[in-house]
Amino acid sequence: MALKHKSIPDVATVKEELLKKYPTKVARKRAKQIVINDVKDGDVVPEVQANVRTTPGIITMRGCTYAGCKGVILGPTRDIVNITHGPIGCGFYSWLTRRNQTKAPLESSENFMPYAFSTDMQDEDIIFGGEKKLIAAIQEAYDTFHPKAIAIFATCPVGLIGDDIHAVARKMKEKLGINIFAFSCEGYKGVSQSAGHHIANNQIFTHVVGEDDTPKLGEYKINMLGEYNIGGDAFELERVLEKCGITLVSTFSGNSTYEHFATAHQADLNAVMCHRSINYVAEMMETKYGIPWIKVNFIGAESSAKSLRKIAQYFGDKKLIDRVEEVIAEEMPAVHAALEDVKPFTEGKTAMLFVGGSRAHHYQDLFTEMGMKTIAAGYEFAHRDDYEGRKVMPSIKVDADSRNIEEIEVAPDATRFVPRKSDEDLKRLAEEGFTFKDYEGMMPQMESDTLVIDDLNQYEADKLIELLKPDVFCAGIKEKFSVQKMGVPMKQLHSYDYGGPYAGFRGAVNFYTEIKRLVTSKVWNDLKAPWEENPELSATYVWE
Amino acid sequence: MLLRHTPTEIRERSALNINPAKTCQPIGAMYAGLGIKGCLPHSHGSQGCCAYHRSTLTRHYKEPVSAATSSFTEGASVFGGQANLLQAIENIFSVYEPEIIAVHTTCLSETIGDDLNQIVDKAVKEGKVPAGKQVIFASTPSYVGSHVTGFSNMVKGMVKCLAVASGKKNGKVNIIPGWVEPADMEEIKRIAGMIGVSFTMFPDTSGVLNGPLTGEYHMFPDAGTPAEDIRAAGDAIGTLALGEWCSADAARTLDSQCKVPCRVLDLPIGLKATDRFIDALRIVAGTSVPDTVNFERGQLIDVISDYHQYFFGKKVALVGDPDQLIALTEFLLTLDMQPVHVVTGTPGKKFEARIRELCAGKGFDVNVRAAGDMFLLHQWIKNEPVDLIMGNTYCKYIARDEDIPYVRFGFPIMDRVGHQYFPVTGYKGGIRLMEKILGVLLDRADRDAPEEKFELVY
Repeated sequence: MALKHKSIPDVATVKEELLKKYPTKVARKRAKQIVINDVKDGDVVPEVQANVRTTPGIITMRGCTYAGCKGVILGPTRDIVNITHGPIGCGFYSWLTRRNQTKAPLESSENFMPYAFSTDMQDEDIIFGGEKKLIAAIQEAYDTFHPKAIAIFATCPVGLIGDDIHAVARKMKEKLGINIFAFSCEGYKGVSQSAGHHIANNQIFTHVVGEDDTPKLGEYKINMLGEYNIGGDAFELERVLEKCGITLVSTFSGNSTYEHFATAHQADLNAVMCHRSINYVAEMMETKYGIPWIKVNFIGAESSAKSLRKIAQYFGDKKLIDRVEEVIAEEMPAVHAALEDVKPFTEGKTAMLFVGGSRAHHYQDLFTEMGMKTIAAGYEFAHRDDYEGRKVMPSIKVDADSRNIEEIEVAPDATRFVPRKSDEDLKRLAEEGFTFKDYEGMMPQMESDTLVIDDLNQYEADKLIELLKPDVFCAGIKEKFSVQKMGVPMKQLHSYDYGGPYAGFRGAVNFYTEIKRLVTSKVWNDLKAPWEENPELSATYVWE
Repeated sequence: MLLRHTPTEIRERSALNINPAKTCQPIGAMYAGLGIKGCLPHSHGSQGCCAYHRSTLTRHYKEPVSAATSSFTEGASVFGGQANLLQAIENIFSVYEPEIIAVHTTCLSETIGDDLNQIVDKAVKEGKVPAGKQVIFASTPSYVGSHVTGFSNMVKGMVKCLAVASGKKNGKVNIIPGWVEPADMEEIKRIAGMIGVSFTMFPDTSGVLNGPLTGEYHMFPDAGTPAEDIRAAGDAIGTLALGEWCSADAARTLDSQCKVPCRVLDLPIGLKATDRFIDALRIVAGTSVPDTVNFERGQLIDVISDYHQYFFGKKVALVGDPDQLIALTEFLLTLDMQPVHVVTGTPGKKFEARIRELCAGKGFDVNVRAAGDMFLLHQWIKNEPVDLIMGNTYCKYIARDEDIPYVRFGFPIMDRVGHQYFPVTGYKGGIRLMEKILGVLLDRADRDAPEEKFELVY
């Protein structure tokens, strides 16, 4: 099908315009992060500089390591008491603001997500050390709530004053007899949230995964990694998987519980949604427990179908393969009906996506399904492999900022390492064209002569909109209203503008409908008052 | 239940804050900075602070909130953030071209001991600050006070960095409005204008954080207090500081720095506090209060008398910031309501004393706590139920669990519109507050009335 796209101004000129105003040093650096896409045979794409420091003074979209650790990864887990060790702000800002939904099955089920816990450090704690207060806070949390686990999160000053939060965790774990662990996720570590994801996942892997060997029953057992249940995405995926007869042992970490993490080693496949935030957990689980991993994407109806088929192909059981086809056949009519409704309004329109470490890629599938073209995209905190594909991983230089983030050594578990597939099975799967650990990255999927921009900032966003006038711009809350002031509809892809779900089949329908609403909203035509449209007074009333 | 783990039994806590009724200093400094014309607030710390503050302010205002950060890495945290701030100042003036940068610190830069005075001085000496432009700053450690303290410190920073006494008085009055909404800043200016006072108000976020959608985005809207007006504040005949917690420090600093005498008043929320504000304006202006003001006051009194029966004796739980809560408590008492539980997260024993003093002899015992949290407030409510809750958006969890009518008041309000556009200050603001309170109380009466008692007219 031929798509009618608006003609795009020369991308080289756009890049030049974006760099023009910068001081030389900044321009030199940004030039490596603003790339004109060029997809060659074998999905070879240009190199983009990513996962590097933001230049001070440049208004970045990025947050910090604490946000990535406490907010993103541990935020969606409902039954751990998460204590922020630090002054009050960090705990306050990460209180319920990421829209992680959770469904505690019973009124008696634990759900601490509506609570914010903080040691609220004062100046005397900074001067004399905060360990005593942390110990007291853990004791008070235990006395009031009796949770099964308590997690401690370090904020910037904690690392500087040298509080040993891990020693406190060990001590209190021994005293109280519940699992207590700590995260050294000071905000200044790394260059973005990404470091926080890594620190969070390492500790969950070390302290929780594999803690519970109570057998998990069910057929086709999988973990969903890198799904955070924004706007109920996890609920839709749970619905679809259950319908297919696939057993979801755990999700990292949408709608999750402590027990889900503790039993995750019993799954037979890891399906990775957000490659950036969690691919290393998949790797570690494979090394330690023998669970293979594949990349999936449940954003987009076609992508969801493809991912389900891939999971079924992995298990290779006809019953599952047939069931998956039945489910897809049941789900698709509603998707097609919705597309028929929205396409006359969306086809040929353009989008820009600057968000996250996977969303700026995955959401392009939804726009493609609607006949919309992504003319510029980039991540806030992803690494080169998320842009160019895993094939570039060996060539990524590890700089000082990344070296500070702990890499943990993992060895096969003495009793629980079980290869999930025989060599024969693996050979057969390979012959069928099935690939493990395959993430091709964002750029090979984008057209040549589109713009790929890492760590987009306020100035560049304004310029891009001015020059390329997209029909929809996607980013986060901080970007939302400056974009809309320019008369361009903006869709938040962190909080979904309090809508969703957008994952799976029903999610796709929601998203199509939402984008149709945005691009057809009448408000954008009402920006000018009648007298601004026609400033010259051409007639007067005759009051007779 | 959303807050299903909150027990009725209260156990004193010394270390664990649960559901805070405050946040940290830098966000207040950022908000204050946005009230200077052409100003880009700058957060000297790691970039998460800036992201969190911008996000929270944006959720509250649904408006763009621009601010920059020093983007500390581990190296900066060890060796100091001077290089980061110098680089930031240079980049900001080249790329975003503000008139002025308002730098505030964070717990990170405070803990490592960065000295803003020295760094900004170096920036000026190295020519990183273009001619006619300026960098002002305030120390705002997150581990002292609260967001309210940060606002106060940045307003004080404006005075310290900008205000100068030329030796010649300019006949103007300074008004420091405190941490109120853009709509309130507008209302305070309107009232002062009605009295005929020649004034400078700083900061002033009206027009900055409630701007129009026109199809064009200006990072620096044509609004806010011009820096030269704050400079001239040193030549004013006097200062009216609204709110002891938010505005008094700046006013007293201006007094000692430029010999501008000050008077500290409560925020003009409710009848009595507005009366005192207008009386003070009248005295400094040396004029009589025009009938238009008396008319507005009379309207407020009229509504109080019309609807008194629905206010009378109703118990209220309040949570928020000290200046707001003091004025609001007084107003609720004016309506013959009973603010039985009052919590602020901001520390200060003076707050507790003031609330007790206001409630003394009013026929009920008040529970009041400074440096408290919303978990405690919720427990108080469980022990002594109320008819109404007033506080920020986080109160909705308590209101839903306990099925109590609830009016959004304070910061942040992330789930409703209105606070940007309609004031709660002045006489008209008093009517708006009553409208909101009556709305939820009477909706509840309508919801709960048996059919035979369902009323057409209130």
